[in-house]
Amino acid sequence: MKFYRKFGMISAFALALPMMAGTALAGSSLTVMSFGGAYQDAQRKAVFEPFAAASGAKISEQEYGGEIAKIKAMIDSGNVTIDAVDVDAPTLLQGCDEGIFETIDWSVIGDKSEWIDGTTSDCGVGTIVYATILAYDGAKMKDGPKTIADLFDTTKYPGKRGLWKNPATNLEFALLADGVPAGEVYKTLATAEGQDRAFRKLDSIKKDIVWWEAGAQAPQLLASGEVALTTAWNGRIFNANKEGHDFRIVWDNQILDSNYWAIPKGVKDKAAAMDFVKFAADPKNLAAMTKYIPYGPVRKTAAEFVAKEDAANLPTSPANMTIALTLDNGFWADHGDEIRKRFTTWLAQ
Amino acid sequence: MSTATLSLGRSAAMPLRQAVRRAERPARNLAVLMVVPALLFVIITFFVPILKLLATSVQNPEVASGLPQTMIMLKDWDGHSLPDEKVFAALAADLDAAHKTSSAASIGKRLNYEIPGARSLLVGTARVVSAFSPPYREAFLARDAAWGNPEIWSVIARNESRLTPFYLMQAVDLRQDAEGHLQSAPADEAIFLDVLGRTLAVAGLVTLSTLILGYPVAYMLTQAPARIAALMMLMVLLPLWTSLLVRTTAWVVLLQTDGVINDILIGLHLTAERLQLIFTRFGTVLAMTHIQLPFTILPIYSVMRTIPATHLRAARSLGAPPVAAFWRIYAPQTIPGVTAGCLMTFILSLGYYITPALVGGPRDQMLSNFISTYINRDLNWNFAAALGAVLLLVTLGIYGLFLKLAGADKIKLG
Amino acid sequence: MNGTIPLSHHSASLEPPQAEPARKPLVQFQSVKKSYDGKSLVVKDLNLDVGEGEFLTMLGPSGSGKTTTLMMLGGFERPTSGHILLDGKAVEKLPPEKRNIGFVFQNYALFPHMTVAENIAFPLRYRNRSRAETQARVARALSMVHLDTFGDRKPGQLSGGQQQRVALARALVFEPSLVLMDEPLGALDKQLREHMQFEIKKLQVELGITMVYVTHDQSEALTMSDRIAVFHDGMIQQCADPVTLYNAPVNRFVASFIGDNNLLPCQLKLADKDRLRVAMADGSELDAINPPAGRMKDLSLSIRPERIAVAGKTSSPLNNRFQARVGSLFFQGDHVRLTLEAFGSDALVAHVAARDAAGLRAGDRAAFEVPFADCRILEA
Repeated sequence: MKFYRKFGMISAFALALPMMAGTALAGSSLTVMSFGGAYQDAQRKAVFEPFAAASGAKISEQEYGGEIAKIKAMIDSGNVTIDAVDVDAPTLLQGCDEGIFETIDWSVIGDKSEWIDGTTSDCGVGTIVYATILAYDGAKMKDGPKTIADLFDTTKYPGKRGLWKNPATNLEFALLADGVPAGEVYKTLATAEGQDRAFRKLDSIKKDIVWWEAGAQAPQLLASGEVALTTAWNGRIFNANKEGHDFRIVWDNQILDSNYWAIPKGVKDKAAAMDFVKFAADPKNLAAMTKYIPYGPVRKTAAEFVAKEDAANLPTSPANMTIALTLDNGFWADHGDEIRKRFTTWLAQ
Repeated sequence: MSTATLSLGRSAAMPLRQAVRRAERPARNLAVLMVVPALLFVIITFFVPILKLLATSVQNPEVASGLPQTMIMLKDWDGHSLPDEKVFAALAADLDAAHKTSSAASIGKRLNYEIPGARSLLVGTARVVSAFSPPYREAFLARDAAWGNPEIWSVIARNESRLTPFYLMQAVDLRQDAEGHLQSAPADEAIFLDVLGRTLAVAGLVTLSTLILGYPVAYMLTQAPARIAALMMLMVLLPLWTSLLVRTTAWVVLLQTDGVINDILIGLHLTAERLQLIFTRFGTVLAMTHIQLPFTILPIYSVMRTIPATHLRAARSLGAPPVAAFWRIYAPQTIPGVTAGCLMTFILSLGYYITPALVGGPRDQMLSNFISTYINRDLNWNFAAALGAVLLLVTLGIYGLFLKLAGADKIKLG
Repeated sequence: MNGTIPLSHHSASLEPPQAEPARKPLVQFQSVKKSYDGKSLVVKDLNLDVGEGEFLTMLGPSGSGKTTTLMMLGGFERPTSGHILLDGKAVEKLPPEKRNIGFVFQNYALFPHMTVAENIAFPLRYRNRSRAETQARVARALSMVHLDTFGDRKPGQLSGGQQQRVALARALVFEPSLVLMDEPLGALDKQLREHMQFEIKKLQVELGITMVYVTHDQSEALTMSDRIAVFHDGMIQQCADPVTLYNAPVNRFVASFIGDNNLLPCQLKLADKDRLRVAMADGSELDAINPPAGRMKDLSLSIRPERIAVAGKTSSPLNNRFQARVGSLFFQGDHVRLTLEAFGSDALVAHVAARDAAGLRAGDRAAFEVPFADCRILEA
């Protein structure tokens, strides 16, 4: 009896082994940090809980607001308590520059060619893509805007506009609305004349702008009627609609950006952290995210696992991708400092 | 008799002052010992961080330690023409080393503060520099023509020192041109003096409004019957028991265009159109005034409480009409409390962050909002430290000026 | 309730002052009542005249209404009903600054942010005096209170006694016709207090000022006053010169509030034209004075402790003699304080000359005597 019981356990263990990505994590514990809210709720259901079930590791969660300073301070203090962190693209780039992330061993994760261009990095694995889009309240506006140019058309669409209080995305929208082709936006913005042109376009609606800073503010501004139109992150609008609103998204000239999993430098068990990132970037798990939040997988092989009704809400769905611009975080790393100063002075004028 | 004389003689030889000091030593040692924990606490949690902050604002190790050989070679450079081959060769060696230790980006980031685009220039070149072969100058220029711009060389040369005034200068809208002369930042990038002025203006406005609103309240607190005064005091203190964020959010609800205040104004037909109250300077000052009111009231109240009621009566019995008695006799005695309360509110207001961010418009963002951005998002801690240092110096300056004008005895908490 | 209680017998060593020519009244309270809460009266029907140049003290325990009366006179409280006349004119509706009354407060109320000279000059500012005259007056006032060189100091740099003098100078500098003082010496130590009593009295006499003075210190009142109004329970119990007040209190309250006193229950035994005799609780009988006018119940016999002496051979036959057991002796320097068991009381206090008490010990029985004129019958 004893023997059989023992044998049974071993065989169960052996059977489970392949699912556990090669490491015995049972009883160990991983701490992951993400952006909280609906996004982290989706990750919990699609990634954290399945990973815990499959590997036997316990997942502790933390939340942050994307402050890279938090990660840097943790590494500087020498006590790295976070095993994996969800970061946005500028943070990834910055953190990579600063050397605060571990190098990703892509041979563990998968073939880079399966990822959309620009969403693989030495320091992080791209997971989802989200879009900054134009939104309006369908309940208040029957014949809503169709293109990004309508954002700047105050005669056709009068009322206040909500914009993100950041030069990124706004200068791009301004140039796109002014007729600059998507492919030339950043080349134009790198020149003084291009910047002048973008600011001039913004000038035309300046008095009608209400600036928002936190992502949650954009749908609130729409709901309270403070603004008639607003730019927003598509997931926020989707979630507001789940609460009974009828907000509509203008996908024309959406600006795409992506999020990544990265591993803080000096993590205690890098192999376990890599296992987690591999699991999180698994095509099936990425596709599972779309059940809970409309952020598209950046791994092309995930597309086949996405349900049809969810696909329609994704920025990456072919119907929505007619004209899109991918945010150039390298450009903003180079020119952000200078443009942000100009943006701030412009705000104060 | 003789022994008594002897011992008297000996004790007389020891000066009395010394004897007293010796006798009191245990008590004094105990007193010092009791203060030590608080002293250490203040040194560790207050003075050390401030010194560190000031040090951070001038530290500049990235370029000097990242490009050591280039620095040596640049010593002979004339400062405006294109550097010669050996400088480029040294840079090639430095960049290769930097690429291997992945420190190229941090050098690039530092240079990028002074020349936009320098980051990608450096990172891009470092990635391929191992493939370069002499002549290096041509190899660099072939990779990116930007290496032919003398400005980037003068910026590299300027950062030879591990200490720099760059961040502090930037914090007051100054910069060095290619030749190293001081000049003002171009108009569309000169923001920080403006922000500093705005921070001082908002803090001053808030201080003034809390004083105008709070002074009569403090007076009523001292005059009202005990039961009513206790109730009033509760209402003064109540806001302090709610978190700053909650109070600020409450103001958002009140001030927004579809908010309570506008509803009431429309309901009373006082205005036909909804007023823009949120995202304005008015809203910011209003919300900050509400939050700061107790800090102004309490010191004034505690000083007023020490003024005997008989002073006003005495003044009137001596012939002063009520208003004159108040202004000549009562008000001057409240000045120490007014000063303490106003100084407290002013200095606390200088550091406001959440309230201007949520209630204010883009023109109401204070210096702290920028410090937070540079710490959290841009990871430019040196510049954040420089802005902090400027704010600290301005605060100390105002405090010092005040002490000089008013005297330390004019500040009293009760 | 009035100041003219005639002495039917005289035995006191001090003569009451001779009847002065009637002073012209400067202050008149006419049926003044004051209530703060509308339910109880703090001052109940006050009628009092203060003559020009008079030093009148309002004496009483705290809560007796004396301070409220002073505040009404100063203009800080309004009477609920009745009139206050100043120099013949009703002033109860006049604010304090229009009454031209000097006021010295408890704790002085000097203005700490002004120098001594500025404090003293303050009342002149509102009387349109020229700069030169102000300076001259301030100098004179400072000199009057012996603080000539202290003009530039702040009140905080002065001792309590000096501050008191500044307050005095400030209240006098504008030559008010009336000066009010609210326990002005309460914060000073005993020696300084006695010295200041003397100085204030001297200034008052020299300058001929009318002064109304509030205190709860009976010895201060006896020392300084022309007349004392004893307040209790919102009413003036007795208003008389100090000697009369001490020797001929009209009731038990005044008798016990001014000086030490023995109040013993007694019954009237004999009352004819020449003789008044009372029976004490233990049955012994004493000759007494001051025949009761009204009811005969609840009478007390008032005997001052210093009037009791050890019985001697040479004493007057008119004295009451009695036997008593000595309970305790306390040596007080100039006299010995005895507690005696007599007249049904075990705490009869006697102050006898130290020389006379030499042979006495606690527990001794001895003979004592008290002049009949010092045994005063009180009705209430």
